[in-house]
Amino acid sequence: MLSEIILKMEGINKSFPGVRALHNVDFVLRKGEIHALMGENGAGKSTLIKVLTGVYEKDAGQIMLDGRPVHFKSPQEALGMGIGTVFQEIALCPNLTVAENMFIGRSRDKFVHWKEMNAKAEQMLSSLGIPASPTQELSSCSIAVQQMVSIARAIDMDCKILILDEPTSSLDEDEVQKLFALMRELKARGVGIIFITHFIDQVYEISDTITVLRNGELIGEYETAKLPQIELISKMMGKALSDVSAIEKQEKPKSESSAPVFEATGLSSAAGVRPFDFTIEKGEVNGFAGLLGSGRSESVRAIFAADKVTGGEVKINGTKVKLKTPLHAMKMGIGYLPEDRKHDGIIGELSVRDNIILALQVMKGFFKPLSRKQAEDFADEYIQKLGIKTPSMNTPIESLSGGNQQKVVLARWLLTNPMYLILDEPTRGIDVGTKVEIQKLVLKLAEGGMSLTFISSELDEMLRVCSRLIVMKDRAIVGELSGVHLTEQDAMQMIAQGGN
Amino acid sequence: MSRPKALVNRLSHLFLPLFVLVLLIIINLIKGADYFSITMVNGAFYGNIPNMLFGASELVILSIGMTLVTAASRGQDISIGEIGAITSAVFVWYVLKAGDVTLLTILVGFFISCVAGLVLGAFNGTLVSFFKVQPMVATLILFLGGRSIAFMIDGKVSPILANEISNKIGTVIPGVPIQTPIILTAIFIAIVAVVLKTTNLRLYVESVGINPSAVRLNGIDPKRIIFLTFLIMGVCSAVAGFIAVNKAGRHDSVNLLKFIMMDAILAVALGGNSLGGGKFSITGSIIGAYTIEMLNRTLLRLEVNPEAIKAFKAVFIILLMVIASPVVRVLVTKFLDKAKTFLPRYSQRQPGGLSNAGVSLTDTTGKKEE
Repeated sequence: MLSEIILKMEGINKSFPGVRALHNVDFVLRKGEIHALMGENGAGKSTLIKVLTGVYEKDAGQIMLDGRPVHFKSPQEALGMGIGTVFQEIALCPNLTVAENMFIGRSRDKFVHWKEMNAKAEQMLSSLGIPASPTQELSSCSIAVQQMVSIARAIDMDCKILILDEPTSSLDEDEVQKLFALMRELKARGVGIIFITHFIDQVYEISDTITVLRNGELIGEYETAKLPQIELISKMMGKALSDVSAIEKQEKPKSESSAPVFEATGLSSAAGVRPFDFTIEKGEVNGFAGLLGSGRSESVRAIFAADKVTGGEVKINGTKVKLKTPLHAMKMGIGYLPEDRKHDGIIGELSVRDNIILALQVMKGFFKPLSRKQAEDFADEYIQKLGIKTPSMNTPIESLSGGNQQKVVLARWLLTNPMYLILDEPTRGIDVGTKVEIQKLVLKLAEGGMSLTFISSELDEMLRVCSRLIVMKDRAIVGELSGVHLTEQDAMQMIAQGGN
Repeated sequence: MSRPKALVNRLSHLFLPLFVLVLLIIINLIKGADYFSITMVNGAFYGNIPNMLFGASELVILSIGMTLVTAASRGQDISIGEIGAITSAVFVWYVLKAGDVTLLTILVGFFISCVAGLVLGAFNGTLVSFFKVQPMVATLILFLGGRSIAFMIDGKVSPILANEISNKIGTVIPGVPIQTPIILTAIFIAIVAVVLKTTNLRLYVESVGINPSAVRLNGIDPKRIIFLTFLIMGVCSAVAGFIAVNKAGRHDSVNLLKFIMMDAILAVALGGNSLGGGKFSITGSIIGAYTIEMLNRTLLRLEVNPEAIKAFKAVFIILLMVIASPVVRVLVTKFLDKAKTFLPRYSQRQPGGLSNAGVSLTDTTGKKEE
């Protein structure tokens, strides 16, 4: 890769109150290059893109476009200089035509010149090989074509750089190929493309170069062809944190009886996870490992019937059950702490007390409210048990810190005394101290006979807690690790190679 | 310190409606000191206050239902007046058909009208919860068509409800000093209070309004709860229609409870409830409803030209909403902060005096303390 450099970012720093999002990050994009920007959640990918396109103001550093320093104040300004961005969600108007979507808000004229606009759109679409007509309503196009239209919108005639943030997450395989064809076409024209995705295979299929970020720091820039998948994954995940020593390796709880508490065969759901088999025994802690988007969350959501179950058979304590709703799963003794705490976990404006008793209350039923005294006693008990820091139990949960919010949601499920508890990313975005507390709690609960599934983006955390890892890749289970194979090395190997 | 303070926090949302209520009472007292005077006519109390309670009956009942619908569905039902018109038409139809009117006839008629209210509520609820139509659009259907339906049930006339019992329900029962609609409203409020105490209605409705996605994962079906609130709204409309038609003594399908949904929505807002759903206060809405009725009567008492009353009301409401808006709260807080820094001595002499005033104007007392 010796072609001409079009974009150079040097020593970029960006902090938000309390967080350093980017620390001395360099990034280089060359002409006609597809450059994958990789990193786990919170690594700083989006922040870097937002600094580049003028959404955020950088604290320090320099951005050079074609050798000249630039400073964008808004994405519009960046677009004017030839930097187009397509975000993950399609931000178009489905009820307008393709041409209207491409040019809306673009014209400097007060009036729309329809003929001219349609002709221009036609020309662009055909030159990019997008199978759509300018006068067609956007909603009548497939998702892939809509995505392509948003790319067409992002690139002006003189586009130099195109940024694609997770463009493939809602596309199927065929559609991904169509999008890739378009990307190759743009590459041939000399457009530099920054490509962000969680799908490792796609990175290897299309990109020339990979830059890895982790915790806001640059790990390095690599040629895709020379970087084995396993190395990429270990670079993304990083080394074990130093807090590892906080929990001494203990004897993993072993079940006396081998009768599974929960058993699923060929389970699949409307969320698009491939049919999978799964069992968990009494007192066992297992986990789903894999990168973000690999189908970990979709799998556990299928177990809890959070998404519509479309097939498969479920046995609980040996009896065949057809779980239809989360309430049904709850009544069968399953608890589920969802991945997205803000969106799916907390009831923001309600008090800590109401948030703690919610699940138990729902299981008791509409006509059997807990008395105020009972509710307060339960809330008190768990605020103390889990060390939840809150001014009072009447404080709205949304005003607590992330870690304490998570403890409240955890308390909610512990209060229902489940037989099997699923924890999806219980430690995401919370401080190290609380993380360790939660890990210890998980092991203690398992000792007490509860079965748990523990999911985390941090592999070392899962290795510490789980006695069995189910490895997922691209929405399917690719293998299982236990005993002596329960090591970082083996897990990464399997994530990288599995399935192929 | 925490107990009384927690109580203050819990009641802080009532600040606005109570403030307005007190303001209106003061205005009325300035106009004439005899405002609170109550006279006994034929063994029943009359006067400004009893008349206000009497006049607000339907509005209070409707604003309770509106509070629940708003909290769960994050939208409003604009067909409540029309539903009331239809259900009361059903009631009148049954009573007139029965010929000989006994207490049983009235009760059965009331019961049937409540069933009609449930059916109409279910219609709205189905559109909103299962078909995900915006509440205001869904209820627009009955808002537009409701009065025609009532008119058809009436048989294209305005039937007169000339019987002893209806008269008693609409005015007073001899020997009881309080007008019947006031008693019925009180009974209704008591039933609502019991329901809130003995069920999880509040927890479910508030949770659904705040975070439907999280609620689903905790075993509550948001659709059912939203549907339920529309059923309750239907019953509230039927009860309000029942009171209104008995008060009027005849069924006027064109004017019965006309445009009352505007006042009901206003009562909900005035009661410190967010029209975007979530936490709710029925007490606030009830006070809000009485406040609106008092405002109407105050304007009449001040001898505002009847044509101009609506304009005066509008101005008053604009002022209220601006005063209560978060923008003004922030400005006031800022101003008080500035005043404090400019007058350090003053604030030293009266520690907390200014800051207390600032806080009491905002609803964020709880958050401020952390």
